Amino acid sequence: MAETVQFDLVSPERRLASVQATEVQIPGADGDMTAMAGHAPTITTLRPGLLRVVHGGSADDYVVFGGFAEIGAAGISVLAEQALPRAEVTQDVLDGMVTSAKAALTHAQGAAAKTGTGPVDAAAKAVADLVAVGVQLGIAARA
Amino acid sequence: MPSLKDLKNRIASVKSTRKITKAMQMVAAAKLRRAQDAAEQSRPYTERFNAVLAGLAASVGGSDSAPRLLKGTGSDTTHLLVVMTAERGLCGGFNSSIVKLARAEAGRLIKEGKTVKILTVGKKGREQLRRDWNSHLVGHVDMGAIKRIGYADAQSVALDILGRFDAGEFDVATIFFNRFQSVISQVPTAQQIIPAAFDADQDAGPIYDYEPGEEEILADLLPRAVATQIFAALLENGASEQGARMSAMDNATRNAGDMIDRLTIQFNRTRQAVITNELIEIISGAEAL
Repeated sequence: MAETVQFDLVSPERRLASVQATEVQIPGADGDMTAMAGHAPTITTLRPGLLRVVHGGSADDYVVFGGFAEIGAAGISVLAEQALPRAEVTQDVLDGMVTSAKAALTHAQGAAAKTGTGPVDAAAKAVADLVAVGVQLGIAARA
Repeated sequence: MPSLKDLKNRIASVKSTRKITKAMQMVAAAKLRRAQDAAEQSRPYTERFNAVLAGLAASVGGSDSAPRLLKGTGSDTTHLLVVMTAERGLCGGFNSSIVKLARAEAGRLIKEGKTVKILTVGKKGREQLRRDWNSHLVGHVDMGAIKRIGYADAQSVALDILGRFDAGEFDVATIFFNRFQSVISQVPTAQQIIPAAFDADQDAGPIYDYEPGEEEILADLLPRAVATQIFAALLENGASEQGARMSAMDNATRNAGDMIDRLTIQFNRTRQAVITNELIEIISGAEAL
């Protein structure tokens, strides 16, 4: 039996998961990482992506958007601004997320045009990441 | 003295008022439970978030390159008061107590020579503030269409506030809302959100690796912290509103009951008087024969 670690996934609106996990795959802003028991204490921001929790021989997938993960001695907690179990991510949900990400991109571009700087790259990356999530899930994002 | 018919009408009208207030009380009780659940659900997120942020802020806070959302703009001449109230009335002193606190704060700031700007969230607060603070109102967020407060709603309020901050419209932002304690007690609260204020005596916790760097994470998280705090405040406010409405309507129902009792006694007395009167008339008529 592999060592387990307490894993919590919470969004502002609800607690999605609280399990003893053997491993958690986190889509970090600097790249994916897999956290297991005894991982060094780390805090990383999230990029939009798939989070996989392996516990008791089975795996649960969640789509997370924004927020951060905290890996500590007491456990792993992921605080995602938006988090949905994979089953709840349908074409419409994904489209909605892509649309709002694109709106944020347009907004950032508008702001950057005025001030010369702005988080345009970050917004563009968020859109691209979301589309990539769609591909992973087998849902093609519409236009 | 009102006639029997008048009294009957009044009793009927107070009875229907009692029915309405009773119904509103029960609706508020059901909504209160839902609002409390929502507040309960968001608590783990808010608590963890603030703990991590406080740790980060403590380690980065001292440096000169700390984000402006944390260390402020360097002055505190312009204050933004975000007054969060309900969209609807009939909830006792709920709206007035928030507005009263905000008024007192605005008055104090002006006396100190500061500039005050007010952003209202919720219709009732704006209606009350429009009378004497109209020139200070800079914006309004309408929550009328929202049935159930979601994180996205808090985010849009936060974006509005952050946009104003980036444009240099204010230096310090404070939110005003009612903290839910119990059905009969809600505490009007002022909370500073920009620059971010944290409990200084937080445990530092273990030393973390940060990915990307501490400052990037902090810059990413601070705008989210504004949204998180507003979301928590909105939920507290929602629960408080329903609690206040529930106790206000409970009072109203009881008052209506008392009034019905009083009117019924008056009705019976009047009826007795009318009967006595008629008897006297018949008897004195018969005696006159």
